[in-house]
Amino acid sequence: MVVSTQTRRFDSLELDCGVTLAPVDVAYQTYGTLNAERSNAILITHAFSGDAHAAGIDPQTQQKGWWDSMIGPDKGFDTDQHFVICSNVLGGCRGTTGPGSIDPATGEVFGMTFPVITIGDMVRLQAKLIAALGIERLLCVAGGSMGGMQVLEWAARYPDRVASAIPIATTPRHSAQQIAFNEVGRQAIMADPDWNNGNYYGGKLPGRGLSVARMVGHITYMSDESMRQKFGRRQREDQGIFEVESYLRYRGSQFVDRFDANSYLYITKAMDLFDLAGGQQSLTAVLERSKTKFLVISFTSDWLYPSYQSQEVVNALRRRNQDVAYIELTSKYGHDAFLVEVEEQTEIVKGFLHRVTKGVNRR
Amino acid sequence: MTAAQRTDPFVRNLLGRGDYAIFSEIVAPQTCVLDLGCGDGELLSWLAENKDVDARGVEMDAAKVQKAIAKGVSCYQGNLEECLADYPDGAFDYVILSQTLQEVRRPLQVMNEMLRVGRRAIVAFPNFGHWRVRLAHLLTGRAPKTTRFPHEWYDSPNIHFFTVDDFEILAAKENWNIEKRVFLDDNREVKMLPNLLAETAVYLVRLKS
Repeated sequence: MVVSTQTRRFDSLELDCGVTLAPVDVAYQTYGTLNAERSNAILITHAFSGDAHAAGIDPQTQQKGWWDSMIGPDKGFDTDQHFVICSNVLGGCRGTTGPGSIDPATGEVFGMTFPVITIGDMVRLQAKLIAALGIERLLCVAGGSMGGMQVLEWAARYPDRVASAIPIATTPRHSAQQIAFNEVGRQAIMADPDWNNGNYYGGKLPGRGLSVARMVGHITYMSDESMRQKFGRRQREDQGIFEVESYLRYRGSQFVDRFDANSYLYITKAMDLFDLAGGQQSLTAVLERSKTKFLVISFTSDWLYPSYQSQEVVNALRRRNQDVAYIELTSKYGHDAFLVEVEEQTEIVKGFLHRVTKGVNRR
Repeated sequence: MTAAQRTDPFVRNLLGRGDYAIFSEIVAPQTCVLDLGCGDGELLSWLAENKDVDARGVEMDAAKVQKAIAKGVSCYQGNLEECLADYPDGAFDYVILSQTLQEVRRPLQVMNEMLRVGRRAIVAFPNFGHWRVRLAHLLTGRAPKTTRFPHEWYDSPNIHFFTVDDFEILAAKENWNIEKRVFLDDNREVKMLPNLLAETAVYLVRLKS
């Protein structure tokens, strides 16, 4: 499945902070075919460092999409049956408007003049894209981690436009621990002199800061057990360092080539600010109008997004007797499990979507 | 849709259990059903398919939950005794508890919660008053072991041993309205002396209004 990224431009997008971005570009890919009733569309929302390339082979880089194991013919999100869409988030650096884009008002790169964005803003932009594609109601919105936050936001803000939702390894709000790890990443970037208050475009990139930020991230995505098995205390004889050090340095430096440091700052902030309950109402009240069917998935060894956070959502839904399936899958891979545990997720996603499709077709 | 369906080989072969056949007879079409301890969702998926019910399950074992969700059952992984408190009053038409009442820590509390969140409760349990149990106990002088109660006393999941009569006495005391009672001995219906002859009892219960 060879795929290509398309871009759609919208005149403007009003943000939660009060600023209006005009115009806004959104990069997206689609897989499969929209049926005549336009009832088989599934939106996949990506995690922090993901992009629109969720599945298939990119003809330029020859790289597989970040969730290619789950999206494709006869896979969990079966593109023979469903029309699957994935777009790069607002504030990103892979084709959608973000801090690395040109501010039309000045002709300069936004940098730190880019407005503060939220998960709600990301979802509002996705809603524009979905409407522009002629889809009134999505069969499903699905995603893990930050993608799961977008799924929850969709279900809360657009209850009539989402038949089903699959939030995976996610939370209705960041805990102090999650904010703390993000802050370490942000401080690492801002401590790099090359960051230069966000004005580095066209010059030397804040690569040291960004790679340290990514190294911290990777530690939080794994588990004690998976790190022990993958690296143990083995050393790289040639470099005189532990294998885990070598791995983190490699992942850090690799990240610098594909991710913008300012996007890191803005998107992690958006995650930290996210609170499905808006700080005030209970989760049950927020989901008041929702008739969406839910499949919530968490993983035993995920200590970054522990199961209790998913259970909070599940229990809020149960309190209003909403249709919610929940499973804590057994995995040793920590937070990365949502990308790695393909077989189990394929089975349950297929069963869930089959039921939801039957319900939608009966309406 | 009574004895005919119960003996319908399709129902019997598919579900392989007499109490399931009774449930499928009791549950009215297009209702909302909660199955506590739903296992891999066999009963619920059958009810969804054949009775068009809105089927929800609760199951503790992750491997079974996975199978249930894969079958298209809306299954929640959790503890059935702890989870009931979250559901609103009258959320379901039926709450089913199959062969589990003897395993829960506080059976009366579970029954009361079932009757709060459901308009009706359907309970199936093994009858400890069955003659084989009595005979095994009498002859061996030990904790009785039968085909229906095969476990050693120290690794049995059953923590409450009660009989058809015990349940009837509790129902009278709690002012429950028993709308239907079916007694089974190896999937055959028992018509007389159920406390002595039934291996399994199935009750359809609601609160007296």
